[in-house]
Amino acid sequence: MIDIQSLTKTFGTGTGAFTALDDVSVTIASNEFFTLLGPSGCGKTTLLRVIAGFIDPTRGTVALDGEDLLTRPPYARPVNTVFQSYALFPHMTVAQNIAFGLEMLRKPATEIAATVEEMLALVKMTEMADRRTDQISGGQQQRVALARALAPRPRVLLLDEPLSALDFKLRKNMQLELKRLQSETGITFVFVTHDQDEALTMSDRLAVMNEGRIRQIGSPRDIYIHPAERFVADFIGDTNFLQADLLGRTGDVARVRLASGAEIDARAATGMQAAGGQVTVAVRPEHATLETTGDALMTGRIANVVYVGTDTHYHVDLEGGARFIVRRQNTPGQAQDWQEGQEVGVSFPSGVGQVLRD
Amino acid sequence: MTDLATARARRTRNSRALLLAPAMLILLVAATGPLLIVLVYSFLTPGDYGGVIWSFSTEAWMNVVVRRDIFTGDLQLADAHLSVLWRSVKLSIMTMILAFIFGFPTAYFIATRPRGQRDMWMLLIMIPFWTNLLIRTFAIMELIRNQGTLNTVLIWLGVIDQPIQMLFTEFSLLLGMTYVYLPLMILPIYASMERLDFSLVEAAYDLYATRLKVLRKVIFPLVKPGVVAGSILVFVPCLGAYVTPRVLGGGKQLMLGNLIELQFGQLRNWPLGAALSLTLLVIVMIALLFYVRAIGREGERNV
Repeated sequence: MIDIQSLTKTFGTGTGAFTALDDVSVTIASNEFFTLLGPSGCGKTTLLRVIAGFIDPTRGTVALDGEDLLTRPPYARPVNTVFQSYALFPHMTVAQNIAFGLEMLRKPATEIAATVEEMLALVKMTEMADRRTDQISGGQQQRVALARALAPRPRVLLLDEPLSALDFKLRKNMQLELKRLQSETGITFVFVTHDQDEALTMSDRLAVMNEGRIRQIGSPRDIYIHPAERFVADFIGDTNFLQADLLGRTGDVARVRLASGAEIDARAATGMQAAGGQVTVAVRPEHATLETTGDALMTGRIANVVYVGTDTHYHVDLEGGARFIVRRQNTPGQAQDWQEGQEVGVSFPSGVGQVLRD
Repeated sequence: MTDLATARARRTRNSRALLLAPAMLILLVAATGPLLIVLVYSFLTPGDYGGVIWSFSTEAWMNVVVRRDIFTGDLQLADAHLSVLWRSVKLSIMTMILAFIFGFPTAYFIATRPRGQRDMWMLLIMIPFWTNLLIRTFAIMELIRNQGTLNTVLIWLGVIDQPIQMLFTEFSLLLGMTYVYLPLMILPIYASMERLDFSLVEAAYDLYATRLKVLRKVIFPLVKPGVVAGSILVFVPCLGAYVTPRVLGGGKQLMLGNLIELQFGQLRNWPLGAALSLTLLVIVMIALLFYVRAIGREGERNV
């Protein structure tokens, strides 16, 4: 278990100071695939490098299974990193790269040979063992970097956007591969990415970061369906934001009145006010449906129909000016086809909307 | 190959020969020519007032390593030549090692500065290098002579009573040559160090390598071509150094360059001078051969 408490890192001093991490606290369970997700510059890589030991934090603590990590140099932490650039040693073969950590730990030669063999098999690189690192493809380098970091059996594996240099197909494969490796080895993975698909596909839990702070922690499902605030809702997936009046709240159900005048139940954000005032309600495009104007929640006119293969996106200009996107999965022999310029009604079920914190 | 291709190949070959001609001519006249003259002279007989007499003799080559006793005619080892030769090789190797010891950390220091600062540091390294060699050598002389800066300060501080004799010793030669040739060591090491991907250092550090291990297992192997190049760049000119041993050795600490000059000058033994020059060249060639092989091996592993 990694226990991170009020971690702050400030670069520079005075007016030029930049706070990369701002009072970050998070607990990552053992054997968990934990993802730090956020736009570039949000502090996710800084957090990873603090855990690895390449950056000393300004304040805060990092403990692994109860032991303080910050007092130890990187080479004394049972934590290994897969670097974004892979950082394979160019003067060594694939097998020598994988053996490096074990040699530094002064493991017996027979054990090293056996582990290297095992790691090569694990990442399916056995035939490439004696190749130089510049004689193998990017995907293979990626796997060697992974094997090298896994070979010493670290308690935590840190992965710094390791898939960003791969092409789409390879990335998809590696996502599943990583997930497989994590469950096979039982090592805690801390994965950094700016790619929401990656984060949602692989993680047990993920933390969404922005401007040095963790905005929300939860399972992919949790975060997707119940984003706590506008940044999270906006960063992950497409979202419609609706202005509404908060009428009342009981538990995590909030009663809101939309701009169209319709009233509906939505999920309340934790720690929001009981009643009164303007709130923002987030609705995922695939959770809303188009229908005839009759008894719809809102009405508008279709401004745009975008066909994207699996789905069709309908951009609706709501009465009152807001733009609302409805996503519908394409099925063979679709019954009703909505046209651009058509008047439509837009609805979403009760309890689907998420009231945001801000 | 078709006729057309053959014709094109011939045309390329012709124009290539033509374009290469000036360079080849210069190499032949300016490099190979004088070397051949030296080679021929080394097999001639010395003239009484310098120059050579055109009669074949291997005496000069014999004299490189042995000398004939003027009374008995017995052959003895030419101690004087051999000790100069030995001193040259020894001091050159020591200078090379010293330059490495001082140059490697310096290059590392500069390569790890922020990008904008590196040029300034390199400039500071290069400024003395652009200064006239003689001036720099006399500056060293001023520093270490008996009434020089160093001795004066030491006496004033009460560390010593009598000035330490540093000038005209092997120490003064080592100091002078290390100072003079240090940039030649720093430059190539810095060049390889700057290309070094420092995420490799982090990776090694992350994989349980201590600082020393990182240096030995990752940094050093990767900048080795630069180290070898720097060593050669220091070793070769050291071997033929003339000004530094002349000024700082004070005629007592002769090196090969001084010995050769002596043969062409005061001793009027041009063939021996020529033979000694070629001996120097052979030693340099051996050093270069070592360099090429070391780099070649490296090249097989990481191009």
